[in-house]
Parts: sequence; structure tokens; C-alpha cells
Amino acid sequence: MSQASAEPGGGGFAVDAATMRALYRLMAITRALDEEAATLQRQGELAVYPPLIGQEAAQVGSAAAMRDDDWLVPSYRELGAAVVRGIDPVEYLAFYRATWHGGMWDPQAHRFAPICVPVASQIPHAVGLAMGAMLDGRDTCSLVYFGDGATSQGDFHEGCNWAGVFRAPVVFLCQNNQWAISMPAEAQTAGSIHRKAEGYGFPGVRVDGNDVLAVYGAVREAADRARGGDGPTLIEAVTYRIGAHSTADDATRYRAAADVERWQALDPLARYRRDLEESGVGSDELFASVDQEAEEIVARARAGVIAMKPRPVDELFAWVYDEAPPTLTRQRDEAAGDG
Amino acid sequence: MADVTMNGALNEALRRSLTEDDRMLVFGEDVGRLGGVFRITDGLQQEFGERRVFDTPLAESAIAGVSVGLAVAGWHPVIEMQFDSFSYPAFNQIVNHVARYRNRTRGIVPMPIVIRIPYGGAVGAAENHSDSPEGYWAQTPGLKVVIPSGALDAYALLRASIADPDPVVFLEPKSRYWVEEVGDLADPAPPIGRARVVRDGTDCSVVAYGAMVARALAAADRAAETGTSVEVIDLRSLVPLDVETIAGSVARTGRAVVVHEAPMSYGPGAEVSARIVEESFDHLEAPVARVTGYDIPYPTATIEQHYVPTAERILAAIARTVEY
Repeated sequence: MSQASAEPGGGGFAVDAATMRALYRLMAITRALDEEAATLQRQGELAVYPPLIGQEAAQVGSAAAMRDDDWLVPSYRELGAAVVRGIDPVEYLAFYRATWHGGMWDPQAHRFAPICVPVASQIPHAVGLAMGAMLDGRDTCSLVYFGDGATSQGDFHEGCNWAGVFRAPVVFLCQNNQWAISMPAEAQTAGSIHRKAEGYGFPGVRVDGNDVLAVYGAVREAADRARGGDGPTLIEAVTYRIGAHSTADDATRYRAAADVERWQALDPLARYRRDLEESGVGSDELFASVDQEAEEIVARARAGVIAMKPRPVDELFAWVYDEAPPTLTRQRDEAAGDG
Repeated sequence: MADVTMNGALNEALRRSLTEDDRMLVFGEDVGRLGGVFRITDGLQQEFGERRVFDTPLAESAIAGVSVGLAVAGWHPVIEMQFDSFSYPAFNQIVNHVARYRNRTRGIVPMPIVIRIPYGGAVGAAENHSDSPEGYWAQTPGLKVVIPSGALDAYALLRASIADPDPVVFLEPKSRYWVEEVGDLADPAPPIGRARVVRDGTDCSVVAYGAMVARALAAADRAAETGTSVEVIDLRSLVPLDVETIAGSVARTGRAVVVHEAPMSYGPGAEVSARIVEESFDHLEAPVARVTGYDIPYPTATIEQHYVPTAERILAAIARTVEY
């Protein structure tokens, strides 16, 4: 039963031209929003921001391969997946403007869990969502995002192991962007990430995370397996964190510029655009209209972020409990008096 | 009216809730086929099936973390941490997610999870099987912390905890599991957040919870022999804390002794004492006394009797307070 493959996944998965164009659009919008978010942080409009530049193919390809009624469970660098799910960028960036922990979107409406900071702790949540679908007899599955650093955490092991035992319909999507803040992937594990799946009794595949169609195909395949009752898959999407860990980090302290430049040359968006041009699926008209749309989306997001005010003080107390204990009610009244 | 142990009462509470709520799930280590190491889930898998009552891998963080995902999916997990100290691997999931999810999602996604934890000492157990971790949970906003002292109230409190829309850490005092009470499991009981005056008195209030309530009552019996009238309060929950009942009692007696098995420093006794000082300062005739475990790792079974507060230690504190 257990099999781990070193072969690239998703080969030969047919993707129609409309989907190919849609993937380009989502990647381009993601790139534009990500760059704008970094700019907003430099201008003091966001408290912090973890850029995803370089990971657009891994995020968009994986999120787009899932059905709308499947759950996506992000870590904290998943703006691209949020874009695919149609989450308002302002509601997403509310987390980074320090407006609301978790973000401001409705997780149930978007089937997109809140931003999760403690590394790997979101992995068991995705397994629970998959268990829930099984118990309900639904054919939905869940996909969880995490990085190479997360594979060192106990919750990665516990989540994978549990999903293997129950054959839970979950896709474990590791974006191996090769850096966990200052630590390179080879310092996280002496083995290979996708091959860890073998020990859990389910397939593991490694894909070129900068090839959006490869990621899309691998995830579709894994999601189909999950829906069919064949259990989880671990996908290692090999990519690169072009930016720093976050706007608070200085990556020049621990990695060589040449390394970054080598990966900048492998930019997934530029590469995909070239592919679309060469195959004739993408035209100048498409690229121009996407650029135009991205510009409008960015302008709206920028205006929305800047207009976003701190929440009223009573919201600090509103949702801690369904019914606030008397002590909390008293504290709420005290805080309101400060107001 | 029948004799009932806390094990039996908890088992029946789970059975009735599983019957009424078809979204409720029971899972944890050895809770299915075995019925739990304390038999609290005995017979439930046979009755409700492996889909709703199931054994998990030996992974406490995943037990709590998977329950988060199940709750998001609209299920109602009632999970077991096999022993007090084994809840620590789940600390991250409980503190960072279970307790905060409702707030992080602005009330959209509640976490109706009950985390049952057999806890406390005086049962001759091995290392890491006797801790009193309630302070950790009580300091975590978003959690309720419920602790029964006897069989009948354990039934009522577990039923109420399962019905509660907020996450509840439900701590079961192991040393009381096998003690019988006589009564009816359908007895109405005060809701979560209401303490209970279990013995009326006029000279000193003793505030306790869990296994310490019985020892406080034993101390009160002994005090009565020398003419001291002791009121005993069973807190029933640390969060919410029923300050009103505590303050009302201290207003009558003017004296208070707080008892718990957990180490003293930064323990629940510090919080209760502070509340008494804040609410009842004008009524106090003596400093609030604490009788607690010591600030040491829980000791070996052969000397644990020196650690867990005894009726004698409680009695001595009552005497000091009354004679102050």
C-alpha cells in the first residue's frame, strides 16, 4: 500500500486552455497584491508582512485544483490561496495591519481557515476537517499548507500519522521554499520531505513547485484519491522564498545573493507567461487585461487597507466566550470607561 | 435513588449526551474497545459504534488539534487526555487554538469541545500521573474550567459542559472516581459558574474544589467537635469563578481558608484570596490562609501523603485563622 515516488507528480494531467488562462490571472493578481502588501508595510500601513514572491505557482496551482467546497487550511504566507478562494484582500491583510488576529473573512463561507502562526499546528485541523467530511459521508477533502520548517514539528508527524491510520481525505501540501527564517531545508531534515510519507503508509510526491500546471495536476490527483476513499497524499512542492521571511527579517545575513538570483531567474510567473505565449494559449490581449485588472484590484486593496480603522474596544471582549463570565463583563465595562 | 460512583455517573452522562446529540463524538487513547483506563467510556463504543466513539493514535496534540477541525466541520468532540501530565503535549493546540478560535473568527466558528482530564494525586500512581494542572487552563482566556467533587455533581457538570457552546476543560479528581454517593442522576444542579455551599457554618469559610472538598468537610467535622462552625464551599468551576458566593460566605464568617492540591505559588488559591481581599476586605477578621500542595514536582507514591493537603492541615489552618 505504501509507496513514495520521487517522480514528478501531475505529469500528463489535461488542463484546458480556459483553466490555463485562469491560473495565469490568479498568479498575476497574487504577485501584484503581494508586492503591494510589501509596499504598504514599508509605508507603515501594515505592521508586518511575509512576502510569498516566488511561490505563486505552488499556491495558486494547489488552491485552484481543489473544489470550492473543499477546505483550505493556510499557515501565514498563503495570500495566493486566499486570492483563489475569492477572499477580499483587505480582509486577508487585516491580519497584517494588526486589525484582527486570524483575518477578517468568514472561514465557513470561503472554506478557508484563519491564518495560523504557530508552525505546523494547523496540520491536525485539516485532518479533523477531513475526518468531519468522512463522518458526514461527503466527498469533500481538505488541503493544508505548511513549509519545510514545519516538517520538523511534532504536529506534522501527528497529523500525517493520524490521517494515514484513518485514511482521512487530506492533501498535505508542503511548500519547500528552502528557508525557515535563517535555516536552510537541509538543516531541518537529513532525509527528503516527500519520502516521509512512506512511513505513514500513503504516497508522497515531489513536484516542481514553480510549475503551476505540475502543482495543479499533482493536487488534482491527490484530491481525487482522497475523495475516492484512498486516503492522504503528501506533496512536496519545491520552490524558493525569494523575499525575506517577513518584512522584519534581513535575509542578507544568512544567504548569498547569488542563490537568490539563481531562483529569480526561475520566476514562476514569468516562466508561465512564456509558456502561454509559446503555446498560443496566452495572448498580449490576455496579459494586458490581466495587468489592468490586477492594477484595479491592487488600488482597491490599498484604499481598503488604508481606510481600515482599529476595531472598537468592546470587540476585545465580544467573542472570547459565548456568554462572558461575570469577571470578563466587569473588565469590559472598565475598558469601555477608558474609551 | 441508588448508589453511584463518579465513574458510573460520568459514563452515564456521556451515554445520555451521545443519545441526545448525534453530532457528539468521543475519542482519545484507549477509550473505545477498552472503555478508557478508568472505564469512564465503558460500553460506549459497543452502544454507539466505532464511528462516534473511537480509539486514536497515542498523540495528545493531534487529539486536541483534530478536534478543532472536527468542531469547524460542525461536530461536537468530547475528548479524553488519559492523564493530567499527558495533556501537556496538547497545550499548544488547546491554548493557541481551542481557546482562541471563536475569538479569532469573530464569533463565527465556536469550539464546543469538552476536554476530559483525569487529574490529581493520592491514588498511588506512577510519575506523571498525579498532577493538578488546573491553573494552566484557568489562566487561558476562552476556556471554561470545571471540576466536580462528587458523583452526582460530576454527572450534572459533565452534562452541562457538553451542552456548553464554549470549550470546557473538565478535570476529574481521580481519587474520587470510586467513591459512592446515593442519589438520582437526574437531580437538577446549579449551572456551570455557580459554586455550592456544601456545609453551612458561621466561624470560617473553607473554599475548595475537586478532591479537596471531601477533606475540607472532614476538617469541618473535626472543627465542630471543638465548637468551631465551618462553612464549606465547593467551587465546581474555576472559570467562571463564582465570586459572589465566596464573598457572601466570607461576609458572614469573616475568615477564609482556600484549599487545593496544586502547588501554592500562582495557584488558584492566589486568585481566590485576591478576590476575597478585593470583595470582602471590610469583613475580614484574619488573613486569608492557603492550604495547598507544595511548590515541588508531584512526589512519589510512597510519600505523596505529605504533599496532598490533609484534613489535619486544613484543620490547623482553620484554627490559626479563627484564633488570629
